[in-house]
Amino acid sequence: MSEPLTPEASTAAPTAPRRKRTNLRARLRGWAPYLFISPFFVIFLVFGLFPLLFSVYLSFHRWEPAAGLSAMNWVGFENYVYIVLNDDWFHKSLYNTGWMAIVSGLPQHLVALPLAFFLHTAFGRWRNTVTGIYFLPFITSSVAISLVFSTLFSRDFGVVNASIAQLAQLPVFSWFLPEQNIDWGQPQYTKWMISFVVFWRYVGWNTVLYLSAMQTIPKDLFEAATMDGATRWQQFRHVVLPLLRPMIFFAVTLTIIGNLQLFEEPFILTGGTGGIDQAGKTAAMHMYATAFVDGDFGTASAVAWLLFMLIAVVTWLNNKLLGQKEDKA
Amino acid sequence: MKNMIRPLLLAIAAVMTAGAAQAQNKVTITVASFPDLDRGVKAAIPLFQKINPNIEIKLASLAYPDHHTAMTTALATGANLPDVMAVDNDFIGKFAESGGLEDLAKAPYNAMQYRAKVAKFSYPQAMSGTGALNAMPVDIGPGAMFYRKDLTDKAGVSEADLTKSWESYIEAGKKVKAATGAYMLGNAVDIKDIYIRSGLKDGEGVYFDKKGQPLVTSARFVKAFELAKAARTAGIDGKIGAWSNEWTEGFKRDRIASQMMGAWLNGHLTNWLAKEQAGKWRSAQLPNNSFGYWGGSFYAIPKKAQNKAAAWEFIKFLTLNKEMQLEAFRKLDAFPSLIEAQNDAFLDQPIEYLGGQKARQQWKVAADKIQAIAVDKYDPVAREVVNAESRKSARTEQGHQDRPRRRTSHAEEARAPLIPGPRG
Repeated sequence: MSEPLTPEASTAAPTAPRRKRTNLRARLRGWAPYLFISPFFVIFLVFGLFPLLFSVYLSFHRWEPAAGLSAMNWVGFENYVYIVLNDDWFHKSLYNTGWMAIVSGLPQHLVALPLAFFLHTAFGRWRNTVTGIYFLPFITSSVAISLVFSTLFSRDFGVVNASIAQLAQLPVFSWFLPEQNIDWGQPQYTKWMISFVVFWRYVGWNTVLYLSAMQTIPKDLFEAATMDGATRWQQFRHVVLPLLRPMIFFAVTLTIIGNLQLFEEPFILTGGTGGIDQAGKTAAMHMYATAFVDGDFGTASAVAWLLFMLIAVVTWLNNKLLGQKEDKA
Repeated sequence: MKNMIRPLLLAIAAVMTAGAAQAQNKVTITVASFPDLDRGVKAAIPLFQKINPNIEIKLASLAYPDHHTAMTTALATGANLPDVMAVDNDFIGKFAESGGLEDLAKAPYNAMQYRAKVAKFSYPQAMSGTGALNAMPVDIGPGAMFYRKDLTDKAGVSEADLTKSWESYIEAGKKVKAATGAYMLGNAVDIKDIYIRSGLKDGEGVYFDKKGQPLVTSARFVKAFELAKAARTAGIDGKIGAWSNEWTEGFKRDRIASQMMGAWLNGHLTNWLAKEQAGKWRSAQLPNNSFGYWGGSFYAIPKKAQNKAAAWEFIKFLTLNKEMQLEAFRKLDAFPSLIEAQNDAFLDQPIEYLGGQKARQQWKVAADKIQAIAVDKYDPVAREVVNAESRKSARTEQGHQDRPRRRTSHAEEARAPLIPGPRG
């Protein structure tokens, strides 16, 4: 009665579920890549795309957030019109942003370019160490930097004023240095102080960018230039600068975007207020205050989008100035 | 035997049901607060659970600005709302008007019955324009002038010279500056802050009247700016912002002779601002019979909270329990809002730091005299506008006369995007 199982019989029974499993596995295998890359898309949708679209939607509303989502009132372009035509504080903060973007941004590149060339040619194997030192401010927390600088620039107890006072005792310096401590919180100094901190922080970053680009320039070019009797300056002017143009475009674009969004440094250095007469208030700070002090999230969203458009326009202009020539070259 | 088993089984069943019911009744409430107010909650938890073993309390504490931002977001989305929400004085107007908080005046809370039990000016702060009570006051900040007795003695200035009038205060400041080199006050803007908060008509807000119209052009504001200007011109202020490096160092290095603020400043002076100057400080009433408040904290229940009954029990414990209020006073220097606690013998104890002065009684006198000031949800905007203008105004020597006028237009402009009228 008990017949031994034939090979067919012995395999037939388990094959059905196995085939099912294989099917499932095959199907899963088809989906696996999507599954593996899905965390990025899920996170991007939740924390990237949704807030982006919601803020566009919000910018056309008047909304007091504490009253809940149901309290949103459609106002069309009213927020935009108000900001462009009537919001003095936005105009002022935009002016401050532009001022500080230029005063802190331009020197960054004017210093970083020759500095990178100098590090590239002069330091040899110590180059990386020196570059690391220049890069240090960039990786330090901006909050920590701002706190340290606000202590340094303290009117009565700051090192900057103490140094000026010491220098002022010397005969020549005493002619032009002030006798009394400088109150760095006064509006005529605020923007300079913030710009200095921003410059100090990002000059190393730009130096590293330029240095890395310089290292890709073939040595033959320098050797050929040297053979032709080109001086260091001529090498810098006629070899390095033209070849660095794509990197200059990239670095300047980053500076434009970063400086137009400037927030942490002025926020901490001015105690969140923008300083006396709002001399150090940037557009990003104004946006923050509109949302979280005034509780007007609609107008704040509109400020954000106006700022975005401004950044887009300035970046496009930058592309016209620096980028296109590269294409022709 | 059979007869005995049945009641025994019934008894066991009854105990088990009761146990299950008890376990079912056990609720956990979330309390959202910020430092140092959260210390009061921490102190309250074990005491509260002795009385209410079925209510578990989970404290979620964030830094002061982060807490209020998180609460704004939570109210906006209705997600992650705590059962009990701490609200600081600066935000109470905005939150009270939001409509996102329970009206504690209504049933089942009926909190208006407790109104006479707490400082009279504290309830109106948490009431919206429609008369809803949105939060319970847990502590108040009656204003006081802390001054350095050793410095004023050296300058031959008496306490009466400091408090008689604003003019006498400024004159005394000149003497103190001449005799000791110390600034009379950190920032002339402090005078403006007090003056705009004193002498208000009943029901009037600091920045807006009952109808929501801005008051920043009123004589009160003009005088406030003029006094601040006079102090600046007299050179008696250090042009120092509160809580800045200059400010804290100014206390440590004997450069600030007086500071007007909430009575709670005593705790800060004692613990860190001017530890070394113990015994040299005194407390007095504000000049010119001004009585105002700095700060104050509240607890509210969001409309979408899960455990409102338990939350209300805990809020009542924090705000209406005498022992708890005194505990917070002892530990945090948080002046109690509860009058019963204000009448405790603890207020008679001399404060060593203030040279043995019984200053708490003095603060109680101030608390009794502070008028009810209505809050407006646009107060933060108006405050920002006025502060920006006052910093500017105090800076320049000339041209301050037209400031109030210009300021109004700013205040109105700032208000414009928010109020439904002009733009809606």
